Order: sequence, then C-alpha cells, then structure tokens
Amino acid sequence: MTQRQQLVIIGNGMVGHHFAESFRQQAGADAWQVHIVGEEHHSAYDRVHLSEYFQGKGHAELALGTLDGYREAGIEAHLGVKADHIDRQAKTVTLSNGDTLAYDKLVLATGSYPFVPPIPGHEAERCFVYRTLDDLDAIRSAAAEGTTGVVIGGGLLGLEAANALKSLGLHTHVIEFAPRLMPVQLDDDAGQVLRAKIEELGVTVHTQTATQSIDTLDDGRLQLNFAEGDPLTTDVLVFSAGIRPQDALGRDCDLDMGERGGICVNNHCQTSDPDIYAIGEVALWDQKIFGLVAPGYRMAEAAAAHLDGGEAPFLGADMSTKLKLLGVDVGSIGDAHAASSGAISFRYNNEAKGVYKKIVTSADGKRLLGAILVGDNSVYDTLLQYHLNDIELPAEPDSLILPTSDATPALGVDALPDTATICSCLNVTKGDIVGAVDGGCCSVGDVKSETDASTGCGGCAAMLKDVVDATLEARGIEVDHSLCEHFSHTRQELYHLVLVEEIKTFDELIQHHGQGRGCDICKPAVASVLASVWNELVHDEPHVKLQDTNDTFLANMQKDGTYSIVPRIAGGEITPDKLLVIGQVAKDYNLYTKITGGQRIDLFGAQLHQLPDIWQTLIDAGFETGHAYGKSVRTVKSCVGSTWCRYGVQDSVGMAILLENRYKGLRAPHKLKFAVSGCTRECAEAQSKDIGVIATENGWNLYVCGNGGMKPRHADLFATDLDDVTLIKTIDRLLMFYIRTADRLQRTARWMENLEGGLDYLKDVILNDSLGINADLEAQMERVIDTYQCEWKATLEDEEKLKRFRTFVNSPEEDDNVVFVQERDQIRPATDDEKQNLIATA
Amino acid sequence: MTAQLKPDTWTPICTTNDLVPDSGVAAKIDNQQIALFYLPDEHRVYALANKDPFSNANVIARGLTGDLQGKTVVASPLYKQHFSLEDGQCLEDDSVRLDTWPARIEGDHVYISIQ
Ligand SMILES: Cc1cc2nc3c(=O)[nH]c(=O)nc-3n(C[C@H](O)[C@H](O)[C@H](O)COP(=O)(O)OP(=O)(O)OC[C@H]3O[C@@H](n4cnc5c(N)ncnc54)[C@H](O)[C@@H]3O)c2cc1C
Repeated sequence: MTQRQQLVIIGNGMVGHHFAESFRQQAGADAWQVHIVGEEHHSAYDRVHLSEYFQGKGHAELALGTLDGYREAGIEAHLGVKADHIDRQAKTVTLSNGDTLAYDKLVLATGSYPFVPPIPGHEAERCFVYRTLDDLDAIRSAAAEGTTGVVIGGGLLGLEAANALKSLGLHTHVIEFAPRLMPVQLDDDAGQVLRAKIEELGVTVHTQTATQSIDTLDDGRLQLNFAEGDPLTTDVLVFSAGIRPQDALGRDCDLDMGERGGICVNNHCQTSDPDIYAIGEVALWDQKIFGLVAPGYRMAEAAAAHLDGGEAPFLGADMSTKLKLLGVDVGSIGDAHAASSGAISFRYNNEAKGVYKKIVTSADGKRLLGAILVGDNSVYDTLLQYHLNDIELPAEPDSLILPTSDATPALGVDALPDTATICSCLNVTKGDIVGAVDGGCCSVGDVKSETDASTGCGGCAAMLKDVVDATLEARGIEVDHSLCEHFSHTRQELYHLVLVEEIKTFDELIQHHGQGRGCDICKPAVASVLASVWNELVHDEPHVKLQDTNDTFLANMQKDGTYSIVPRIAGGEITPDKLLVIGQVAKDYNLYTKITGGQRIDLFGAQLHQLPDIWQTLIDAGFETGHAYGKSVRTVKSCVGSTWCRYGVQDSVGMAILLENRYKGLRAPHKLKFAVSGCTRECAEAQSKDIGVIATENGWNLYVCGNGGMKPRHADLFATDLDDVTLIKTIDRLLMFYIRTADRLQRTARWMENLEGGLDYLKDVILNDSLGINADLEAQMERVIDTYQCEWKATLEDEEKLKRFRTFVNSPEEDDNVVFVQERDQIRPATDDEKQNLIATA
Repeated sequence: MTAQLKPDTWTPICTTNDLVPDSGVAAKIDNQQIALFYLPDEHRVYALANKDPFSNANVIARGLTGDLQGKTVVASPLYKQHFSLEDGQCLEDDSVRLDTWPARIEGDHVYISIQ
C-alpha cells in the first residue's frame, strides 16, 4: 500500500470546515490523510448566526459538523491548538502543543480577527470583541452585573453586537467615527433612516465621535473620553471597528501578501507557494478580501477541486447583503454609492414610516447597478435578480421602489434565466431547483433536502418557494391541500364552514361537505374545530366517537395500553395538602410518579376502569383535569417571581395562574404551552413557548410562537411593556387567530413561519387590527372561557359516560396483559421477555 | 365470571346498551380479549381481536373507526395502523391480520360465535 499524502488545513472556522466537506466529495479524497487544526476549542460553528447564542442556542445547535463526523470521515481534528509556524522547506507545521505535522499540501483558512483601535486603555478587562463563542461567553458574564454597554463601531457587525448587548438587558450605545451608520453599505439618507429606527428601539447612537481614551474607574467600570462632549461610563465595551485578515502565518513564511494584509491567491486559491492554498477571509483575491461566508465557500470549493486535479475556479463574488439589524430591514446591492461612471440614482424616502429605497442604474436606465434599502426589504430579491442577471429594467425603473396600490411589481420567477443564483450561500441556481422538481421533488421541503437550497442563512426562502411553486404549476402539478380522503378542504376551510354555516356536528359537516365515514385524521380534527367554536363537551353524544383515545378517556394512553393522569397544577403552584393527596392516590393505586417539564405531576399505570375512582378522589380534594390528553392549552410554567425572588420585578406566579385558568381547556390545532418569567433572567424559559411572557419594570413583554421539541424555535418578541389587561387581550386575539387559521397539528411556530408576511403580518393583524376582526376574536374567546367545564367533573356526574370506563363490558376482570416490574423503587411496564419469564416462573 | 366457550354456538356477550355507536368496547371470553365495534347505520357489530400486534397491548377496542380506501376500518390508538373491520387485514402491512369472529345483534343482545 502506498503511503497516503498529507493534507493539513489550518483553521476550523466556517470556510475551513466547508473545505474539509468539499474535499471529501472529491474522487481522489481517499488518497489523502486530512488534518484540521483549529485554535478555538469548539469545532466549527455557524458564525453568521453567532448572535443566536444569546437567544439560547448552544454550540451544539450552531455546530456545522461534529467530531464524530470528522472521525468517520477519517479526518484528524486538532482543536484548541494553534498553528505557530510553517516551514516551507521542510514542509511542516509546528503546533502550539509542541506537535509537528508534515504536509504535502497546506490550506490556510485562518479567517480574520477584529481590529481593535489602539486607543489608550483598550486593553482593560471589560473590553471585548465579537467574533467567537468564547467572546460571547465573556460578554455575557460581564453584562450580568451591569446596566450599560457600548459598542465602538457602527458598521454591520457593530450593530449586530449592539443588538446583543441590548438583548442582555443593557442600555446600549453605539459610537461611530463616520458621520453615519454603516458607512460602507449606506448613504447619508439611508444612514439617517436607520439611525432613527434604531434610536426608537432605545439604542443611543453617537456619530462623528472619536474616542480618545478609556479609563478604568475604581469600581471596575470604564469611562470613555471623547474628543468633544461628555465622557460616557459603561460596564461593557465591545470593539467592532472592522476586521483584519489573520495572515501572520503567511507573512512569517514569506508568502506574497497584499499591501494592507491578506494572502494573495490566484483563481484556484493557490498562494505564491503552489503547495499552499488560502481561502476565506484570510485570502486576498484580485486585491479584494471577501468578508462574507458565501464567497469563502466558493473559494473552498475551488481549492478542493484543484487539489484533486479538477477545476472550479473562483471568479469573484457578489457582496450584496440583506439583513435585519435590531429588527430593521437593511439591504445593500452592488454599486450602492453610484460610483460607476454615468450612473444615475432614484430615491424614495418616507420619513414618516422610516423607509428609504434607492436604486442606481446605468446611464440609459436599463441596467441595475446597485441599491440601498432601509426599513423595507420586500423588493430586495427582485432587485438582486435584476442586478445579478443583467435583466433589462422596466421603462420607469423607479416603479420598482415607489409604493403602489398593488403589490410590489415582483419580477416573476419566469423572467429569471436558469443560471440565476437563488441561494448564494449554497450556490443553488434556478436551474438546479427546476431540475430537482423534474427529478421528483414535490415541495419546498423536498427541494431543500435535495439541493441544500435555503439551508444557509435562509434569506432566499421566499424566493425558493416562488420558484418551486411556479415550476410545479408549470408542470401541471397541483398542490393538494386536502385534509384526508373524506374532505377536500384544509383545516382552515373547515373551520370557516363550521363557523359560517353554524355546523354543530361531524355528521352534518361530512354530509354537506365531505364523503364517507371519516377517519382518524379528520374526526379528531373536526372535533377540535367544533370544540374551539362551540365548546360543547368533547364527550357529549355526537362528539364522543370523534375523539381519539386520549380525549375519549381524558387520560394519556401509554405503550402498554394503561393511562397516565395529570391533574392541573396551575402555574406549578401547589399546597402541601394537595401534594399529599397526589402521593396518597399514587400509593393507593400503585402508580408511577414523575414531575413533568410543565411543572406538574404525572401518574402512570392506571387501567381504564380505575380512572373514575382515581379522579373522584382528586376532584374531591379540589383538583381539576389538566388536559394533558388534549390538543389544548397544557401548562403555564413560571418562576417564583417578585414575591420571593430578589431579582423578580413582577408576580410571575400570579400571572401564570391567571393565564392558565383563563385558557385551560381551550381546544386548538395542537397543544399550546405557555410560560411566565418574573424578570429578564428568564428562569421559566418563556422564549421557547407558544406564548412567553417576561416581566419588565413596566409590565410584560410578550413573546410568541416559540417551540421546544423536535424542531426548536426561539419565540419572537411581539409586544413590549404591556399592562395586564392589554397582555390578556393580545393573547386572546392571537390564540383565536391561530385556532382559526392554522393547519391540523400545526404548532404556532410552524403556523407563523407559513403565514404569508410572517411576524410583521401577524403584528399587523393582532396589534393594528388590520383585518378588522379583533372584536370578533375577543368575543369568541370570551364565549369559550365562559363555557368552561372540568371534563372529569362532568363525566363523574354522568352514569352514561361512566359506562365507557370499563376494561371489559362483560367482566369486572383487569387486563392481565398489563404487567409491571419494579425499577428504582417504582413500577414500570414489563418487557415482552420479562412477561414470558414471569409466566414461566408463575 | 367469563362466559363459556361452546363451539358453533352464539355466545351472548352484552346488550346493545353496552355498545358505543361508531366506536368500540372490549369484552373477554375465556382468555380471549375481543374488540366490538358498533355501526348503527349498518345495524351491525364487528368482532376483532383486541390485541394490537404492533404494540402487543390490548387496545384495538379503543381505536377510532372510519373508512379508508373503500374499507371500513379501525385505527390502532397507539401507532395508528388501520385494520379492516370486515376481515382484520392491516392496510399498512400485508402480513398482519387480526382474528375476527362472526357477531350479530338480536333484539337487545349481542352475540359472538367462537370456534
Ligand atoms: C457576528 C457576525 C455576524 C456575521 N454575519 C454574517 C452574515 O450575515 N453573512 C455573511 O455572509 N457573513 C457574516 N459574517 C462573516 C462570516 O462569519 C465570515 O465571513 C466567515 O466566518 C469566514 O470564515 P473563515 O473560515 O474564513 O473564518 P472564521 O470563521 O473566522 O474561521 C477561522 C478559524 O481559524 C482559526 N485560526 C486562526 N488562526 C489560526 C491558527 N494559527 N491556528 C489554528 N487555528 C487558527 C480561528 O480561531 C477560527 O476558528 C458574520 C460574522 C460575525 C462575527
């Protein structure tokens, strides 16, 4: 066997990782032993979404690959280790842990480092940069005790850092030397609009401000002294004054370097030493550094192909960007400053709404050279496609940015050539997407997994959907939205039929609008709609046959056919006496007990015929049903709040109990979880719930549409500083709107993602009453709340209903197939093998 | 006391009052657990094995009834496979079938024939 060649990658950042992945796909990859060296102790992660770390994502969620993945691919990872020196004669790399790696080919993917201006005092303890997870950890712990944060630098990353400081609860200032924010991407007017919007959010912006020195005060805080004006005191200071290529290794071993840094590379990303490649933010191509991830990925692919004897040259990249900074849309395309000769620009500036749009065209007005958008990015995709594909502009180019009574004149996807890039992160073209559809993909989801489109920054999601839908339509494929074979309607349509035609039973609905007997899909779905609209007991005669077993028997069926029982413990608050009752019931009936994630107690192992007796005891002791079995409001989790906690600012337990009692029993397309936290420390984890409420000094902040579970989603901030009454009103409307419009088994998170217009649209409907339905929504919620009954109490009072709670209709025996064994001092269902053994030894 | 099995005879199980329209109840004859489904529009009772072969739990009687692909079916409440009420055939897996027994309603009484 021939000795494998050695390939060493220095830098385990986004681009280094992408290179490793791309290289594995090359035909000749097996002939190489690959090493990847990374100075950070974390394996490569998504730096683009770094700020989501402060919204609760950990390294695991941001990670691009895993160490196991590297191991399986035969890649040796050296993490937490820095490459100190390259010896080009010996072809070795010396590492900070003393090891030496020999290489046949070397790839430098060392990225860049944040530039810290040499202001006297900049090395103080509370000065930070914003680039790595470690940086964020340090910022977070410094911010924990503080009240104020300052960012030096008002560029793109500086504003992102400002948003992070704000989210940590600090009063935040941004200090920019230039006369406007984001001087590279924006012009003065756009900078002005952005500034106004950001200041509205409570961030103080200082432009044309030069920091002269930083003093550390006796209490450890920092004082910034400016050329003019009063000094500013802060707990945390973040520098975001630009990035510089991390090119010391190249300089050290005499590779060709750019005048202002960066390692020079050719179209294959080779440096002046053909055995050494440089890619990503450290590489200087055609005198340019590309500070975005997509060009870095293209470089990685170019180098990987070239190493394997192929060719996928890097020919530059588009630097257009679309982002949300502190919640404000900002877009910048191509020649934003109209620097090209003869360029003319068109501007739209709406100070009332805080919207600024500008396009830059060629002298004849036919080609789009650049654009700037602030406050409204809705035309970004269209403009970018005009720009990238050199599509001829309409006769009046300004029609693209002027408000019209109709929807924006979007560029139909039909007008795009097949070569048009739809997803620039993963380099997926319209042609690739059309090909995927022709290859059998029938949905956006299919196309995503086939082509990886929209799995990077996600900015192209809307565009992707348009292309997929248009292609499907062009192929004559109709997208089927039927609920099941019995109803060719969506859940939303059925909801409207029930409401408008005042339909009260399933039989009536299927007779008029469906066919057949129904099934286990449509029956519970319609039952839930009927319950949301009319709120008759789910057990009443016409409805009982529609419920699946959990709703029928008001308990949760477990894998052995026994049930678990969950009494309501609103807000997680329970008296010692009630705790004793639960303990006694569990003992009397030999039930397994476990505390649930929703702060209540689940009792497992009851047979059907035991349920009424157990519930009678619980109800006599003052409990009511917890609806754990229903697609309905589950729990409102809470922290202990201002009553006991020294940090609490509102009574979170009180609010949690109020909310839980208000919405208990409300049937919805899926389960609903709430939480209330008493301060921004957020111990109740409200931002992972459908409805999350976080106390502020002035009231409550409302977060909506969060989700734990299989596909977690961080909740969105919906409204701030609400008083109790407004909070409840807002939740009333939002929940009813969800119930009216969501699909079957669609949690709020997916519901909002699928609403056209997303969060902004939802805010418009709920907060601004843009559809004029809020009075209706509130009235309907009122009706449901007024007709609440405890389903267990009602069942126990009705002999007819109790009849169903028999294990056998013709015998009082128990199900002898239900067998328990002991584990950790409680029961658990026996496995099939254990059952066999028990029978054999009996 | 459970009812006694006699070959070729109709065994009375319960009354129609014990049944739930368009839904199921369980009965036990000797050591056999049986799921009974009552469809009032056909005035008919179906009898199938109560044991769900996918979970080995006795839960079929607690499934939802309906029709699928032209067959009248019950869906297992645990993992949602569908079984034809007529012959016990599983729609998702050709190799799986529940035992079935003839059943009839006479007056107020429900009978099953077990061989
Ligand atoms: C907060 C933030 C937001 C951003 N948002 C966007 C965005 O919206 N869109 C966009 O396109 N881009 C964005 N970027 C930029 C994007 O993250 C970078 O373009 C991308 O990470 C560059 O990848 P890279 O691999 O070249 O560098 P990096 O990801 O920085 O990786 C370089 C790695 O090499 C390691 N390293 C350096 N020297 C050595 C050595 N001597 N030995 C061993 N290891 C070494 C470093 O520790 C680092 O882990 C953002 C960046 C930040 C910080």
